[in-house]
Amino acid sequence: MTVILNQSFTGISIGAVLLLIALGLTLTFGQMGVINMAHGEFIMAGAYTTYVLQKSISSAGVSLLVALPVAFVVAGAMGALLEWLLIRRLYTRPLDTLLVTWGVSLMLQQLARDIFGAPNVQTHAPDLLTGNISPGGGITLANSRLFILGLALLCVLALTLILRLTPLGRRIRAVVQNRDLAEVSGIATGQVDRMTFFIGSGLAGVAGVGLTLVGPIGPTMGTNYIVDAFLVVVVGGIGQLKGSVITAFALGVLQSVLEYSTTVSVAKVIVLVAIVAFLQWRPQGLYTLRTRSLA
Amino acid sequence: MTTTTPTAVTPASVPLSERLRAPMGFALGAVLLFGVAPLVLSDFRLSLLAKYLCYAIVAVGVSLAWGRGGLMVLGQGVFFGLGGYAMAMHLKLADAAANGEKLPDFMQLYGTGDALPWWWKPFADPAFALAMTVLLPMAVAALLGFLVFRRRVKGAYFAILSQALAAALSIWLIGQQATTGGTNGLTDIQGFFGYSLDDPVNQRTVYFIIAAVLLLLMAGARQLFVSRYGELLIAVRDSEERVRFLGYDPANVKIVAYVIAAGMAGLAGALFVPAVGIISPALIGIVPSIGFVIGAAVGGRASLVGAVLGAIAVAWAQSTLSDAFPAAWTYLQGLLFVVAVGFLPGGLASLGALSRRRTRNRTTGETA
Repeated sequence: MTVILNQSFTGISIGAVLLLIALGLTLTFGQMGVINMAHGEFIMAGAYTTYVLQKSISSAGVSLLVALPVAFVVAGAMGALLEWLLIRRLYTRPLDTLLVTWGVSLMLQQLARDIFGAPNVQTHAPDLLTGNISPGGGITLANSRLFILGLALLCVLALTLILRLTPLGRRIRAVVQNRDLAEVSGIATGQVDRMTFFIGSGLAGVAGVGLTLVGPIGPTMGTNYIVDAFLVVVVGGIGQLKGSVITAFALGVLQSVLEYSTTVSVAKVIVLVAIVAFLQWRPQGLYTLRTRSLA
Repeated sequence: MTTTTPTAVTPASVPLSERLRAPMGFALGAVLLFGVAPLVLSDFRLSLLAKYLCYAIVAVGVSLAWGRGGLMVLGQGVFFGLGGYAMAMHLKLADAAANGEKLPDFMQLYGTGDALPWWWKPFADPAFALAMTVLLPMAVAALLGFLVFRRRVKGAYFAILSQALAAALSIWLIGQQATTGGTNGLTDIQGFFGYSLDDPVNQRTVYFIIAAVLLLLMAGARQLFVSRYGELLIAVRDSEERVRFLGYDPANVKIVAYVIAAGMAGLAGALFVPAVGIISPALIGIVPSIGFVIGAAVGGRASLVGAVLGAIAVAWAQSTLSDAFPAAWTYLQGLLFVVAVGFLPGGLASLGALSRRRTRNRTTGETA
C-alpha cells in the first residue's frame, strides 16, 4: 500500500512538471495552431534566470521567490519577440512553425552554451524545500515536489482566472474559437497573439524555475521535456486547459506505475502506444472545441 | 498548407527540351556519381560521400511524403534505424560466425548468458535480414499511418506523434543494452556479405551500390510524381476535403506515401551500416530525425533534385564545419532553418523559378 501511495505521488509530481510545461504550450498551440519547439528553451531561460539571481541574492528562498516573476517576464519577452519576428509571418503555415522554431531553439541552446558553458549548473534549494514530509504510514513526500505541485496548481488557477475574468482572456478565447469572427468583431488579433505568446512563454519560464529544484540546469534541458509536453497537449485537446490538467496527471501516474513494474525505457514505449490507442477513440483529444470545420 | 508548387505534369504539348530535362538530368547525375566522383575523390572522401548519399536516399522519401503529400515526417529516424539495425544485426552475426563465435562481441562483453535472444535468430539469414531492412519500416509505417490517418488525426498531431515515436525507439534501444548494444549501438562491423569492409576496393563497391540505389529511387519517385497517384497526393495536400468529396479516400493516399518514404529510409539505414560501420541510437533520435528533414527543406522539399542536393549539402556542411567551428555551425544551422523554411518555403530550388518569374515580369512590364 505504501509503495502504491509513494509511487502515485511520484507520478503526480511528474504530472505537475508536465502540466507546468504544457500549460504554456496549450495556450500558444491553441491560439494559432503554432507548434513552438523553442518552448523548451524558454524553460531553460527560466532556469538560468534562477541561477543568475541566486548569484546576486544570497538567500536561496528569497532568490527563488524573486526568480518566479523575473523568469516569467524574461521568458515571456523572449516569446513575444519570437512571435513578432517570426511566428506571425507563418500564420498561414502552422506546420512550418515547428521547423522554424526548432532552428530558433538550436540557436538559443548554443547561446546558453556560449554564455554559461556546456556543463550543467546547479542552484541551491532553500532549506525549507530540501527535506521530506512524512505524514505517517511510511509515506514520504519531498518538499521540492510538493512545491512544484503547488506551483503548477497556482499557475492553472491564475491562467483560468485570466481567461475567464479579464477582457484579455475573453479576447484570447474569442480568437481561439473563431479567429475570423473575432477579427471582424473588432478584436486586434495580432495584439492578442502577442499577449498570448507572452503569457504562454512566461509560464514556460516559471516552469523552468520549478525545474531547478528537481534537475540539472543545462543547455539541452528543454529538449528533455518538450516532446512529452506536446503529447500532453495533443491528448488533452488543443487549447483546452481542463484537458491538459487531466492528461498531465494521468500520463505522469501511468509513466511512474509502468516504470515501477517494467523499466524506464519500456514505460516510455508503452505510454506512446497508449496515446496512439487513445487517439483512436478520441482523435481530437480529450476535450474538443465544437466547430463546424470538417477536419 | 497553402504552399503551392508547380506540378510536374508533362502533357504532350510540352516542348521537347522540357520533356528531355528529366532524362538529361538523370544522365548527368549518373555521370557525376559514377564517373567524376570516384575519379577526383580520395577513398576517404568517397566513403564520406557514400554516407551523404544515404541521407539523400532518405530525402527522396521526405520529398515524396512531405513535399508532395504535406505530411510532416519528423520520425524518419525510426525507419532509418529499423533498416540500419536489421542490417547491422545480420552483419554482426555474420562477423561472429566468421570468427567461430556464437554471439556478437558486445553480447559476450555484457555477459548476458550464451543464448542468442530469440528475435536476433532470424537475422542470421541474409535474405530475411535484407527483406526486413525494407519491410520492417514499411510495416511500422503502415500500422502507424493506418491508425493515425484513418482517424483523421490532424497534421500537427501526426508530426508530434512521429517525433515521439523516434524518441521512444531510441530510448528503448538505449535501455536494452544487453541485446541492442545500448548507447553504443552496433559498432565495429567488419564484413559485408563475405567481403571485408577494411578493403578500399570493397568500400568503393559499397559506394557504387549506394549511388545506384539513389539514382534508381529518384527515377522511381519521379515516375510516381508524374503519375495519377502523384497528382492525387498533391490534391490531398492542398485540399483534403475536396479530394474526399470527389470519392477518393485521402487516408489511403497518405498511408501509401508514408509507407514508401519509410521503406526508402529503411533502405538508406541499411546501406548506411556498411558505409559507416556503425548504427546507434544517437543516429535515429529526435535530433537526427529532424536533421533528415532539414536538408530537404533547405534544398526544396517539393523538388526531388532540390531535396536530394539539399540533403547532401547540409550533411557535407555539418561534417566539415561542425568539426572546425562547432559553435558557429550550430548558429548557422539554426539560421539556415529559420531562413529556408520561414522565408523561402520552396527551398533553394525555388530561387531559380522565382528569379525567372521576376525577369519575365520585368520584360512584359507586369508587377509581381
